[in-house]
Amino acid sequence: MTTHRKHTPQPVDAPNAPPLVAITESAPVRCGLIGLALIFLSLFLFLPLIAVFGNALRNGIVPYWEAICAPDTQSALRLTLLTAGVAVPLNLVFGVCASWAIAKFEFPGKSVLITLIDLPFTVSPVISGAIFVLLFGAQGAMGPWLAAHDIKIVFAAPGIIMATVFVTFPFVARELIPLMQSQGNDDEEAALALGASGWQTFLRITLPNIRWGLLYGVILCTARAIGEFGAVSVVSGHIRGRTITTPLHVEILYNEYNFAAAFAVASLLAAVSIATLAVKKIAEWRTEESAVGPFENAGTNR
Amino acid sequence: MAVASRHRSIIPGFGLTLGFTIMYLSLIVLIPLSTLYFKAATLSWSEFWHTVASARALAAYRLSFGASALAASINTIFGLLAAWVLVRYRFPGKALVDAVVDLPFALPTAVAGISLTALYAPTGLLGRRFEAGGIKIAYAYPGVVVALTFIGLPFVVRTLQPVLRDLNPEIEEAAASLGATRRQTFLKVLFPLIFPAALTGFTLAFARALGEYGSVVFISGNMPMRTEIVPLLIMTKLEEYDYAGATALAVSMLAISFTLLLCINLLQWWTRRQQHSGLWPSQ
Repeated sequence: MTTHRKHTPQPVDAPNAPPLVAITESAPVRCGLIGLALIFLSLFLFLPLIAVFGNALRNGIVPYWEAICAPDTQSALRLTLLTAGVAVPLNLVFGVCASWAIAKFEFPGKSVLITLIDLPFTVSPVISGAIFVLLFGAQGAMGPWLAAHDIKIVFAAPGIIMATVFVTFPFVARELIPLMQSQGNDDEEAALALGASGWQTFLRITLPNIRWGLLYGVILCTARAIGEFGAVSVVSGHIRGRTITTPLHVEILYNEYNFAAAFAVASLLAAVSIATLAVKKIAEWRTEESAVGPFENAGTNR
Repeated sequence: MAVASRHRSIIPGFGLTLGFTIMYLSLIVLIPLSTLYFKAATLSWSEFWHTVASARALAAYRLSFGASALAASINTIFGLLAAWVLVRYRFPGKALVDAVVDLPFALPTAVAGISLTALYAPTGLLGRRFEAGGIKIAYAYPGVVVALTFIGLPFVVRTLQPVLRDLNPEIEEAAASLGATRRQTFLKVLFPLIFPAALTGFTLAFARALGEYGSVVFISGNMPMRTEIVPLLIMTKLEEYDYAGATALAVSMLAISFTLLLCINLLQWWTRRQQHSGLWPSQ
């Protein structure tokens, strides 16, 4: 009997059996898999995140606050805000233009253009910084010309900003292109046929449709602009109080064995990333909500 | 193509937006990147070879490729598990877990680096236990793998989740009604279907790990010949003003990255083609 058991078909046609029992796992297997996944994710995701805040507050709240108010930290935070303040709006305008051109029109070479937009993601951050050193550094292609005109790019704020713009280049475009492609042109065509101008159509029709994707792209772009380390590290030159961004400041404090202060500054960056994740979740829920109507209709039709 | 564009010509702004896109792309990405190749073209072959095939560079390549492949493999196995659990099962805190999967995308690499080092250092919360068992994680090879696993995880999970969600339940019912066990159904029916996506996730995680710098430099200890990754070696060359050496290494890494990008595009095309093969529910 037992030897035949494995050939017995699953009881799919038994009247009392729940219909889906054959296509899921037994409860112990389910719990085991969930447990294993949670252990792995705790070790690699939750624990490092908690460790940032734990180490930051190790010596109490007063040293934490002092580390954040220190003049070097303040100047690092200012440079980081300046960098993100330039890089994010530039890449936002680019992202909207690129996704408009790619999603609303057909033209040859479109897939090549999409691949080229993704390019900065595939380049190592160190190489991203290195290209600006090779271009604008003292021995670089434009180095002598810049020196003659007394313009400093590498080892100064402009180089840090350029490297950050390069690294955060695809974020907004990448969020918007698939979103606008899936929405199609019908709404815009209707607005234009009713006499709206192109600009009105964009502001009143397209922008409300893409607002959550746009917000998420901007947040992701901002998080990366604030947190970029490798590329900025190459072009910064590490001049205290002048070319140190917040992540570089964390590195300096850490290498000086000032661990509590390093983690205190790091906790600010970690808080930004938690806010990023929260906005992403909210954006997902909003997008699902707005998609619920037609999606449910499609379900009942089937 | 021409017919399509004429049909859509009611929407304005094509010339303006495409023109701006191409100009900005050229200024920010294409022109700076091409300087790397112009610089590389000024190197003689022996200069190039001298850097790329030096013992120190070869050790760095071996570490970068080995550790990245190992980390991407760990991510593929546990990422598939995490994606499976998140798509198929219900458990308390699921929404939180799902949100935190993206943490490596959002957390600055330097923060991840110091945090993982603090955990896995010989005095750290986890490192202490491994140290008692004679295993050194931080400042050794396993530390590099830990950091690269951290940064690569979301690529696998986020690639597999939509594929698992879109699987047609009817094929599993069919397998079960024909007498397959759950294990057989998974290995012989489901796994071949999700394999292209798993391979895409692996390649994405591998490509990301190859270029990673921020999280690794803290945990690896950065000993030349032993725990020095290629991006760190490029950094060292730049700091020594050895621009020729840095260029040679950067060009070789860039060529590998572009090859991987091509592979990823082909894999995604393969995944899409499989999804149109009728085993997924039609739209």
